[in-house]
Amino acid sequence: MHAALFDFSDYDRLIPLVANSLYAGALLALIGGLVGVFVMNRELSFAVHGISELSFAGAAIFLLIGLDVVVGSVVGSLAAAGILAFLGERAKDRNSFVAVLMPFGLGIGILALALYPGRAANKFGLLTGQIVSVDDPKLAAMAVIALIVVGVMLVIWRPLSFASLDPEVASARGVRVRALGIVFVLLLGLAVAAAVQVVGALLVLALLVTPAASALRLSNSQLWVPVLSVTFAFISMVGGILLALGGGLPISPYVTTISFLIYLIARVISWAKTKGVRA
Amino acid sequence: MGSVLKVANASLAFGEQAIWSDLNFEVQPGEFIAIIGANGSGKSMLLKSILGQQALTSGSIELLGKKAGFGSRKIGYIPQHRILGTDLPLRVIDAVRFGLDGHKFGLPIPSKSMKSQAMRALEAVDAEHLADKPVGQLSGGEMQRVRVAQAVISKPSLVLADEPLSALDLHHQGVVSELIHAQASEQKAAVLFVTHDVNPIIDYVDRVLYLAQGNYSIGTPDEVLRSEVLSKLYGSEIDVVRNQGRVVVLGTHDHNHHQDEEWS
Repeated sequence: MHAALFDFSDYDRLIPLVANSLYAGALLALIGGLVGVFVMNRELSFAVHGISELSFAGAAIFLLIGLDVVVGSVVGSLAAAGILAFLGERAKDRNSFVAVLMPFGLGIGILALALYPGRAANKFGLLTGQIVSVDDPKLAAMAVIALIVVGVMLVIWRPLSFASLDPEVASARGVRVRALGIVFVLLLGLAVAAAVQVVGALLVLALLVTPAASALRLSNSQLWVPVLSVTFAFISMVGGILLALGGGLPISPYVTTISFLIYLIARVISWAKTKGVRA
Repeated sequence: MGSVLKVANASLAFGEQAIWSDLNFEVQPGEFIAIIGANGSGKSMLLKSILGQQALTSGSIELLGKKAGFGSRKIGYIPQHRILGTDLPLRVIDAVRFGLDGHKFGLPIPSKSMKSQAMRALEAVDAEHLADKPVGQLSGGEMQRVRVAQAVISKPSLVLADEPLSALDLHHQGVVSELIHAQASEQKAAVLFVTHDVNPIIDYVDRVLYLAQGNYSIGTPDEVLRSEVLSKLYGSEIDVVRNQGRVVVLGTHDHNHHQDEEWS
């Protein structure tokens, strides 16, 4: 059991095999960490989960019919994100829609996987993540996604912050609040599609929510929260891949565990800080 | 000097339902106007039209001689209090700075001049001690104080305040009203102040715009807040009672609002 979880005997030989996954992990950490800063405030945590299930369905269908899995994943993601974006800002409408969509996407995805004649390991990778699945074209696709997401985030960061803080005042000052919300949900869809490739659809939240939540426990700075969020996502992703390598298990339990531990530590630190202030 | 705002024959209707029609008034620089009326009388819609967020059915609104459009830099806006900014890495000073450049694309890169302008705006509303506080941790009174700073930092010609006192206790209603008045008069900005209750601002009000049943009446408080004027507006018996400087409007079924009603 222990050996199955942590076995580092052939480590130096294994690392080159997962080099692509490590690069992909780093890219994911960057986009997940940045996008995550706005996910909680905009009440999109649940939507992330819904998007990831549809992203999974898209990937599984494309796998079945012999098309590119990343493209399928992006198509599924953007379809879900697009519908969510046009449903508008009201979390209540959105949540019921996501709750309806999620099992449907998951069901379609599982159906497609069940019909797929290939190896079983490839199948569950889309749900639970896998480390050796990132070939060069996939990495290139993820790099393109990362470039788009980070590029657009840098451009819209300030008005998106304003719109997230106070949509009424932002709109009065000339921010196109609704358009920005749509752009952000589409970026979120792209980020989810990229994340599904490595951590799997079920655990995307560990990358898109937990690091930012941890960062917000520790800082209120417009600079440090995104920096910490990306750093935490990076530690979780790259650390998770390196640990998974030792055991030959899916990477997601490692990624989610590290991510969760960081969150616990952040909570303890913020609790100790507020206690220190009061004492 | 021309008027700040000119509303000419402005009408707003949703389908068959007229909200208000043939609204005509002008606002002079530095004027403080209270907008009063029942729920659904279109008070907030009037502000939205001035902000270019709600198209008129007919008529026109001119701001400083030009057609009022979306995102005017000449307007400062203060909405009613709502809890904001939980789960966002924003401090008070960042929020105030948004009043200057929040609409611009890019990153909020620190800038000395922006910071000192934001600090001065906070000092003007006695809120410099809040500068580094997370926005999500402000009380209602603090939040509205900060919003006054945010609204006037860009030196607007017109301040639109949409129920800025709702959900505040009496003490803070007084403080925030006084701040809005003081800041606006210092910058010679006109104020349109939407409120259910004219009393917290009665000392500052130059004119009252009263909206009811699609009709309106505008004039000094003494001209408008009278039983016969309001009875005519509502088309039913209204009593205006004045007692020790306070004005109470009876019989409208909307004089007695609870604070939590205002959230819808």
